[in-house]
Amino acid sequence: MKKAVVTVVGKDAVGIIAAICNYLAKNSINILDISQTIVDGYFNMMMIVDFSQCEKQLSFISDELRDVGETRGVIVHCQSEEIFEMMHRI
Amino acid sequence: MIDQREVIETNEMISKENLDVRTITMGISLLDCCDSDLDRLNENIYNKLINTAKDLVSVGENIEKMFGIPIVNKRISVTPIALVGGCACKTPDDFVTIAQTLDRAAKELRVNFIGGYSAIISKGMTKADKNLMLSIPKALSVTENVCSSVNIGSTKTGIDMDGVRLMGEIIKQAAEETRDRDSLGCAKLVVLCNAPDDNPFMAGAFHGVSEADAIINVGVSGPGVVKNAIEKVRGESFEILCETIKKTAFKVTRVGQLVAREAAKQLGVPFGIVDLSLAPTPAVGDSVAEILMEIGLDSVGGPGTTAALALLNDQVKKGGVMASSYVGGLSGAFIPVSEDQGMINAVEQGVLTIEKLEAMTCVCSVGLDMIAIPGDTSAATISGIIADEAAIGMINQKTTAVRIIPVAGKGVGEIVNFGGLLGYAPIMKVSDVSCEAFVSRGGRIPAPIHSFKN
Repeated sequence: MKKAVVTVVGKDAVGIIAAICNYLAKNSINILDISQTIVDGYFNMMMIVDFSQCEKQLSFISDELRDVGETRGVIVHCQSEEIFEMMHRI
Repeated sequence: MIDQREVIETNEMISKENLDVRTITMGISLLDCCDSDLDRLNENIYNKLINTAKDLVSVGENIEKMFGIPIVNKRISVTPIALVGGCACKTPDDFVTIAQTLDRAAKELRVNFIGGYSAIISKGMTKADKNLMLSIPKALSVTENVCSSVNIGSTKTGIDMDGVRLMGEIIKQAAEETRDRDSLGCAKLVVLCNAPDDNPFMAGAFHGVSEADAIINVGVSGPGVVKNAIEKVRGESFEILCETIKKTAFKVTRVGQLVAREAAKQLGVPFGIVDLSLAPTPAVGDSVAEILMEIGLDSVGGPGTTAALALLNDQVKKGGVMASSYVGGLSGAFIPVSEDQGMINAVEQGVLTIEKLEAMTCVCSVGLDMIAIPGDTSAATISGIIADEAAIGMINQKTTAVRIIPVAGKGVGEIVNFGGLLGYAPIMKVSDVSCEAFVSRGGRIPAPIHSFKN
């Protein structure tokens, strides 16, 4: 399994999750976990996804997700889970 | 599984607190390029650099996107050129052609600096070492991306005072050669004592002869992250302060370890070391001076500064050592003046002097760094400053360095701007007591005794 963390931050609006999930589905990226909160009207979402079935490189997926976010006015990051594992787990 | 709080913490460090990987530096040995024909030597060097580092920048950019962490610089360090060029270069100008080759390769490879235009003269100079040193002013003025360093002493060998005297003159000439650019040449020239073979940071990076053919060294950063973490424990005891710095340093260094491992894997080059240095930039909130102020000083330069810095430096190492499988390079807090907004402010307020900076270098890496001084400072005085700093390194078994810029045509209080990561600095006052007779003696200072430590 190749895990990545997708985070979405921005002003809440209709269709943000739909747009992101649509992209993930199209690229055979499986969602393992989603959590989401709204703080002061700001949308804050984190997904853990498995991209082992996707043929694209993670850096490429990251670029494309950023572009999907831009069309919706939100900031999307897609990072390898390793950076969080390394920092927060011994 | 990773939880949202941890993800937010990491991403805030990156987006708000300037957490970044300061540099991926590929060390490349040029020993197999040696040839007695200068043209062939230059061609060999160029080809080896291009072949070995062709993917360095693209892999760096790929890793940035994979982990969502900025990697500010991609750089190359090479075998000290005095060793590589000794066979072919008969004059200082011959050496300059190698500097131009390095510069051309750096541009082609899109790396921002290439280090290793260096000589190691800890105990004495060969003819090649001397020719390389004499070529430094011209080499730095006709190239953009080449960094130069000279190691003039070590704990094992003592200090080569002939080299120290010569470097005072070389620094003056380098300042003069780049007069039209605020003596920028000197910002790319550092004089070291106990220089490490695996330093990824410029201007002192070179690929030592103890190293493998090619290697990946990574320098992390993160003064902003440390400052932010200790803001949350304001007023607490030293125990809690130290624990907080250690934990933060651990997290910052883990990122460096991850990036180093991934870069080594993608480039097919062995992982060398992670350098644990806290490296500031002129950006607001990316300052070592601000950490010291957060520890409890009104400004750096006053009483307490050396102790606060010693504490910071030691905790960063303690936290960082466990985070990486191999630690090396300079590993300590950097206190460059022009690259740290807090230091600049302290100099402008008149509370930070060269003498206090010298005391601070006794407890942290790496030395008197990026300090602008009046252009009319004599070569002997600069040699005296170098000798003082080298003595600190030699006696305390640590790396020390001097990167000092006697700005041609400018005096105390004037501001010089080097641009980019090199920042800007107010020109500092230098003592005008002469040490001409001291540096003119010739010969070397013997290696120190390793017992009776006091």
